[in-house]
Amino acid sequence: MPEEKKTEEQETREIDRRSFFVKLGLGSLSIATAGTAVFAYQFLSPSVLYEPSPIINAGKPEGYPLDSVTLDVNSGIYIIHAKEGFFSLSAVCTHLGCLTAWKPELGIVACPCHGSKFRRDGEKIEGPAPKPLPWYRVWLSDEGDLMVDRSTTVRSQQFLRV
Amino acid sequence: MATSANYFDQLRKTRVWRSIFRSGTGASTLHRSLVIQQDVFLHLFPTKVRRRMLNVGVTWYLGSLTFGTFLILVTTGILLMLYYHPSVPQAYADTKDLQFVVSSGMFLRNLHRWSAHAMVFLVFAHMFKVFYRGAYRPPREFNWVIGVILLLITLLLSYTGYLLPWDQLAYWAITVGSNIASAVPLVGDKVHFLLLGGNLVNANALLRFYVLHCMILPLTAIFFIAIHFWRIRKDGGLYVHGSDPSASTSSAAKEVR
Repeated sequence: MPEEKKTEEQETREIDRRSFFVKLGLGSLSIATAGTAVFAYQFLSPSVLYEPSPIINAGKPEGYPLDSVTLDVNSGIYIIHAKEGFFSLSAVCTHLGCLTAWKPELGIVACPCHGSKFRRDGEKIEGPAPKPLPWYRVWLSDEGDLMVDRSTTVRSQQFLRV
Repeated sequence: MATSANYFDQLRKTRVWRSIFRSGTGASTLHRSLVIQQDVFLHLFPTKVRRRMLNVGVTWYLGSLTFGTFLILVTTGILLMLYYHPSVPQAYADTKDLQFVVSSGMFLRNLHRWSAHAMVFLVFAHMFKVFYRGAYRPPREFNWVIGVILLLITLLLSYTGYLLPWDQLAYWAITVGSNIASAVPLVGDKVHFLLLGGNLVNANALLRFYVLHCMILPLTAIFFIAIHFWRIRKDGGLYVHGSDPSASTSSAAKEVR
């Protein structure tokens, strides 16, 4: 009895030439497929982007009167001069990326696409936007220009006093 | 011993496989010849058409009309490509040139646009007709799946073509649409990045959408349209109520009982 069992085990472990080559072929095919997927993903992701710099020179602070909200259409930011100081908000709606607009007569920021409305400090009033408009880092350059970094958000209520 | 060849044989016996390839499995000469004789290129058109299948009421010609708009779109699209550069300052100017400077450009552009709208409408009408007549049921279930793929390709062709005029409407529509893609869990931001070739709707996005719109999606559409036509013949021709063998036998069986 034990002898028989042993031979059975040996049989199951044995592999003939044909099935070995089939396994080898399928194995290398799957490795090649995985490699192709990785290659395709890397090829489709651009390694260098020629997109505009996230850092914006917004000019001299004197250009922004007190209690003013200025939209820079090209860079998608608001420069706001409040009593507490300067700050910059993203003008891109947090819902689906439309460019919002400042409504001076209502004193709110409104998105034309799906009707989200925000306070001047970015907090949402109503609409489908999931998050408030983020505050960007603002500082003064050595030349005294207002600088905004669109890649760095900061907590709200951090004003730049000039 | 279960080798991979056995697995393949098992796969060929599954219901899904048999709904795609009718010839079945077997080592006989008959089966071998059936595999070749039933291939797609020999079967784009039926061997025979019954007169009543050509009646308007059977199909309302919705599939043929959809294919007709597709042919118009390919023809006008190729002609529009002769005057259109997919580059950021040029694309909008070329669109305007096509409308106001190129001879017959306005006609071709409008024909392309209205055919695109018509194609989307006809695809939906075709699907409703097939659905409400029950023509999607076995043995035609695989062709319904192909139809759904063709619907998605049609919608993607519409979406990618929308960006090409590079005007405000195009820019914001693609901004919103691609941001919807980034709402997909886990991979959303990657999909958004790959689709646009960057973080913004910019030169890379325009070029990617152009290649998708003019090469990748039309070729994919032609591939699936060929399979769609082939399946009509392989599934026993156009569906007419009561013509389905399985339906008639089951109703006959009921009557016998």
